[in-house]
Amino acid sequence: MDKMSLFQILNNAPDEPAGLKQASTSSSTTPEYWRSLDQLADTPEFQQWVHREFPDDAVAVLDGNSRRSMLKIMAASFGLAGLAACRRPEMRMAPQARGREDYIPGSPYNYTSAFALGGHASGLVVQTYEGRPSKIEGNPDHPSSLGAATALAQASVLGVYDPDRAKVVMEGGKESTWEEFEAALKTLSLGDGSGLRFLSGTVVSPTLESQRAEALKSFPKAKWVEYESIARDNERAGALLAFGQAVDVHPQFDRAKVILSLDFDFLGNDWPTPLATKLFSKNRHVDSEEDLEKISRLYVVESQFSLTGANAEHRLRMRGGDVQQFAADLSAALGTSPAGSDRRAKFLAAVAKDLKAAGKEALVVAGPRQPAVVHALAHQINQTLGAAGETITFTKAATTDRVESGVDALKTLTGEMTSGQVSTLIILGANPAYTAPADLQFGAALAKVANSIHLGAENDETAAAAKWHLPEAHFLEAWGDARSTDGVVAIQQPMIEPIFGGRSAIEVMALVLDSKDKKGYDLVKNFWASQLPAASRDNAWKKALNDGVVAGTKSAEVKPTVDSKRIQAAPAAAASGIEVGFLPSATTWDGRFANNAWMQEAPDPITKLVWDNVVLVSPAMARERNLKDGDMVALTRGNLKLEAAVMTQPGHAANAVSIALGYGRPRSGTVGTDVGFNAGLIRTSDGFWFGQGFSMAPTGAKHILANTQEHGSMEEPQLVASIKPNHRPLVRESTIEDYKKNARIIEQMNEVPELDSIYPQRTWEGLQWGMAIDLGACTGCNACVIACQSENNVPSVGKDQVLRGREMHWIRMDRYYVGPVDDPRAVEQPIPCMQCENAPCENVCPVQATTHSPEGLNDMAYNRCVGTRYCANNCPFKVRHFNFLDWHKNFLERRRIEPELMSMVYNPDVTVRMRGIMEKCTYCVQRIQEARISTKTDGRKEFTGEGVVTACQQTCPADAIAFGNINDPNSKVAKLKKQERNYAMLAELDVRPRTTYLGRLRNPNPDLEAS
Amino acid sequence: MSTVVQDPQLLELNPPLVQGTGDLHDLTDQISSVIEAQVFETPLKYWITLACTSSIVLLLGAMITYLVNTGIGVWGNNRPIGWAWDITNFVFWIGIGHAGTLISAILFLFRQKWRTSINRSAEAMTLFAVMCAGIFPLFHTGRPWRAFYWLFPIPNTDLNLWQNFRSPLIWDVFAVSTYFTVSLLFWFTGLVPDLATLRDRATTKVRQVVFGILSLGWRGSARHWRHYEQAYLILAGISTPLVLSVHSVVSFDFATSVIPGWHTTIFPPYFVAGAIFSGFACVMTLLLIARWLLNLQNLITIKHLDNMNKIILVTGSIVGYAYCTEFFIAWYSGSIYERFTFLNRAFGPYWWAAWSMYTCNVFIPQLYWFRKMRTNLWVMFIISITTNIGMWFERFVIIATSLTRDFLPSSWGYYSPTWVDICTFIGTIGLFLTLFLLFARFLPMIAMSEVKGVASQEKHAFAGQEGKVLHR
Repeated sequence: MDKMSLFQILNNAPDEPAGLKQASTSSSTTPEYWRSLDQLADTPEFQQWVHREFPDDAVAVLDGNSRRSMLKIMAASFGLAGLAACRRPEMRMAPQARGREDYIPGSPYNYTSAFALGGHASGLVVQTYEGRPSKIEGNPDHPSSLGAATALAQASVLGVYDPDRAKVVMEGGKESTWEEFEAALKTLSLGDGSGLRFLSGTVVSPTLESQRAEALKSFPKAKWVEYESIARDNERAGALLAFGQAVDVHPQFDRAKVILSLDFDFLGNDWPTPLATKLFSKNRHVDSEEDLEKISRLYVVESQFSLTGANAEHRLRMRGGDVQQFAADLSAALGTSPAGSDRRAKFLAAVAKDLKAAGKEALVVAGPRQPAVVHALAHQINQTLGAAGETITFTKAATTDRVESGVDALKTLTGEMTSGQVSTLIILGANPAYTAPADLQFGAALAKVANSIHLGAENDETAAAAKWHLPEAHFLEAWGDARSTDGVVAIQQPMIEPIFGGRSAIEVMALVLDSKDKKGYDLVKNFWASQLPAASRDNAWKKALNDGVVAGTKSAEVKPTVDSKRIQAAPAAAASGIEVGFLPSATTWDGRFANNAWMQEAPDPITKLVWDNVVLVSPAMARERNLKDGDMVALTRGNLKLEAAVMTQPGHAANAVSIALGYGRPRSGTVGTDVGFNAGLIRTSDGFWFGQGFSMAPTGAKHILANTQEHGSMEEPQLVASIKPNHRPLVRESTIEDYKKNARIIEQMNEVPELDSIYPQRTWEGLQWGMAIDLGACTGCNACVIACQSENNVPSVGKDQVLRGREMHWIRMDRYYVGPVDDPRAVEQPIPCMQCENAPCENVCPVQATTHSPEGLNDMAYNRCVGTRYCANNCPFKVRHFNFLDWHKNFLERRRIEPELMSMVYNPDVTVRMRGIMEKCTYCVQRIQEARISTKTDGRKEFTGEGVVTACQQTCPADAIAFGNINDPNSKVAKLKKQERNYAMLAELDVRPRTTYLGRLRNPNPDLEAS
Repeated sequence: MSTVVQDPQLLELNPPLVQGTGDLHDLTDQISSVIEAQVFETPLKYWITLACTSSIVLLLGAMITYLVNTGIGVWGNNRPIGWAWDITNFVFWIGIGHAGTLISAILFLFRQKWRTSINRSAEAMTLFAVMCAGIFPLFHTGRPWRAFYWLFPIPNTDLNLWQNFRSPLIWDVFAVSTYFTVSLLFWFTGLVPDLATLRDRATTKVRQVVFGILSLGWRGSARHWRHYEQAYLILAGISTPLVLSVHSVVSFDFATSVIPGWHTTIFPPYFVAGAIFSGFACVMTLLLIARWLLNLQNLITIKHLDNMNKIILVTGSIVGYAYCTEFFIAWYSGSIYERFTFLNRAFGPYWWAAWSMYTCNVFIPQLYWFRKMRTNLWVMFIISITTNIGMWFERFVIIATSLTRDFLPSSWGYYSPTWVDICTFIGTIGLFLTLFLLFARFLPMIAMSEVKGVASQEKHAFAGQEGKVLHR
């Protein structure tokens, strides 16, 4: 079989690890030989030494040790020595269509899997080399992915190789083993389960659900609580409130002409699968005259400037707590014609008119931070408009068993824990000690539970407080399944044996239930064996693995009706004090990705901030209170207090601030610990999403913020009062009306004189690569940034280096604000290398390290580069990135990681660049070569450029990126480049970029545009 | 010999180029004694200064070692500012070198006799400045161990590639190495008669052998003198275009690029004028120090210094004119990027650098319109320093601040140096001063053979007229 894994080769040689393994497990308990009198006497000093030497925490072990000894200890303690850590799992997996029947070392294999986050699930295709997962893409056959994957889903592959992951079973802060845990579990008398509680995140795994049902049957008095910091509880409660039955809600953004989002960032943080962006962007592709009519109109009402707000035609900023009143007013306004002259009233009137006109092509959606009643009001409005069942559909809720979820359920549970009613608490894959609201005092409550068992991926806040801590296997290491909101189930296949010996939630549940099957594979397979039709069971299972979806699992559609009587809008929240809105983090989500360096360094789509979260304040508030970016403020209410840095956010609602969750982790790994500020300190169960009545005062301290974009506008800064700053036509946009009148309007935004050269110009014949990026479709979601990072082994550099402007992303997302600073719009523009035909970087390189390929690529010869940086200086787009330091070594040393572990995530087809050389986007030249080679080996005649998909293009949920042979008139990219809204940035420099942009077309409401 | 009576008025208008040298032997003695002195005979202030400067050289060594071991990241360079102090210092040092060549070659061709007292040290300064300059293009590369031989057209077996002859950086490599070679030859050729004098005066074996080899068998015959004069003239002819070409080529690094603030056709003359400007200021600083340290007031007279100050005034004004032209073109071109770059230069985040440059380079040298200022030692010392500060800022403003804000506002940045940047630059100043001090102590700092020619000419010019003034 596949015995050639890197780790095996590495670990076959030395003999010590095995010996060390014994030492590490036995020395702290039964030393055979004493090393010193201290040890014999078992003094505190000796205990300390033991702790230091063979510790509960791998990071601490590594302190002060050389890297060599670190490898030994790691290999020993974590059982790498005996196992071939990165061989393919023992259990059968069926390769995806792109896979091959016979194994060829060095070739990538793709397997389907599933990724669950915040109650959503998406299907993945994972690329593996020699049994190591290296890249995640979306599964085209999965209805929630449609081929794309979010930034978070893609970055999760880095987590497999995270050296800070939980590695050992811990009992009361001491190292233990799975065997000891199993033995301890048997001694627990659970009885009828009256003292037994389960706490998990939102369960989307049917196998785990069946185990839950079994558990609740065997322990009838037990309870299972679902709590996640960021979940779909309000959406479910809203549907229940409106319809009187549990349904899952599916907005069909592609069918809607007029969309109103009530604080719903469905293009960004509030929808953790690519589906919403896929559907929404469908109408934004303009290939013909008719397509102009398709472009939908998006209204957004929100507090923080979200990605959805940036993509909106019209955006109304208001405090999160006021959205409810807006929804109620809108519902009323549909019957009458509202009057009023302020911006809110005008907006409301225009939206009401537009929605009514759109009728069943209208869509009103509410965000997960809004209370149930807002969701219910949205359902009511949709029904009134006739849109229910058209632009928004419903399926029967998949989960029906005895389960309590949400913050109220957690509150009840903590109450039980505090009063001593809970003797055994099993926490499955959640980190409530960090994510629970501050007023619940979860940590204190946990201390009162006699037997607390925590299964977690990290040795985190909850792990520290729980009696037992069990290392959880990464989802790419364990069998499982995941159901998306419409019921479709994907099997979660592992790509690799658990590197650090972790187990999955279903395996731990199998221990608790003492099931016949203990292995994840058996659990999942046997569960589905009972679900699939007996006649075709084997084939159906294989097909499910191959396709990445289990056929026939889609939930049935229902047509519920709203019972308006049940919907009572609560009075608007009192406006005293400052409202603090809590946001999911675009980078760390609820904190679980805090130790993921790719995400920490992925700039927030709107703020462009990295390695931090901040209190976002409106420009007006910053002016009034004289706050500068980076000033520390204290947000207080009663005994709640949070000190955090502020940053001005253009377009933020006045008298409200927002802060992202997921930062300020007191106990994460070396990457994520104490990065940013813990918003959870002021989050309470009553102000779970919007905390009212806070006061804010500067502390006088300063915090340094690392931002990847200094100037956020295409207008030049005003340097001299009497000289009007120019506008730079970089991102170009037009309204549909103007475009219809003059199709060349985009091109004419920058007049370029006839550019002639005295030299004969090169002709570009045959295969010529080019790219077109549709700014109308692009939402700015960052998926391409992470896809590129994963595909091209782009290093992370850390906050201090980002501060020096040395981030390395080969494709970056530029964000410009348009309009007044208090209430602007925003546009996003992905910037890869432009691959200029007259590349200014090429003629300045003294050693010809960057030259043009006959196919129009601006190639980098890394091993020729001496690093003069002249090319980067001369690049008008500044897409060249220099390895100022040995980023990989720097990164590894900072995290005390052996390069062998970290290098497992690398794409072997792409060179890892050393320090001192330049790098940049290559148009994924390795993928081009791969396609060329396979054309050759398949015996096809000619390589025409078909089948080449760049990493950014592959994952783009908005399908905004087209790539291919521009000399082939039938290629998509050639067709897009023929469009009149196609333009080249900085065309006047005559660099002739191969990456061109399609101007953005907006569909504003004339009623609002005039004002 | 008759007594010479000199007209005090004429003396004031056109003072002799050397004063109180006595006879030719005294002159030889004065200059050679510096070299032939015992360790304790050299003033203590010299040794203390040398100790200070050579410890700064150690600092330079430490900085370069740290840089090569760790990476360019120890400097403040970033994206978008790929070049900052490194190339600023390179252009600065190269510019300083230019005065040496101008003084020795161009003034020689124009028969400007006043150059004789200062040409040797000016040439030495050129060499040392080019050596300091050369450090930066090599060590500013990410992989100097590769750059060392890939930048030269040496056959390489690893990739079998030529250099890119379209790259101005390669032109730089050729221009600077040619410049160094020619300057070295020119300097050494001029040294030969003096080295022979030292050989002849040598009292120790070591000195005899060393100067014997270096003086290339010079015997002072008429034939030798004839060949020598011819060779010197030819080398002066070769050096002269280099004064113009080297800095023109250096300016091409920027002029041929597309970056606003760099892409400017007036750069070649602008850079050359600036180079001469800063070079003269640097010669001035060094001469004033050497004059004081080694008591050379009779050989380096106020007249020399006055003449040099006139050149500083002229070149400074040319530089000022170039600044005005840049602003005019920025407006006249109609390019919004060009316009913004120059507005940003004067009023953006780096306004202080730009205004330091305008003040030091354009406004302060205007004092030299007054003769009083031109002949005041303290004034000229301070102005020589401010001029070099101004010229350093000029390079920084052009190179670094143009890069901070170019086409795409999304990629704008800011640059601030790290302690390594600062220590490296200080280190090169230390290297420069150390080399100069060693030169002043161990080689004839003033061209004896040439000064002797001037000295006797001066003497005879007055002696022949019995004190009468012809020009009245």
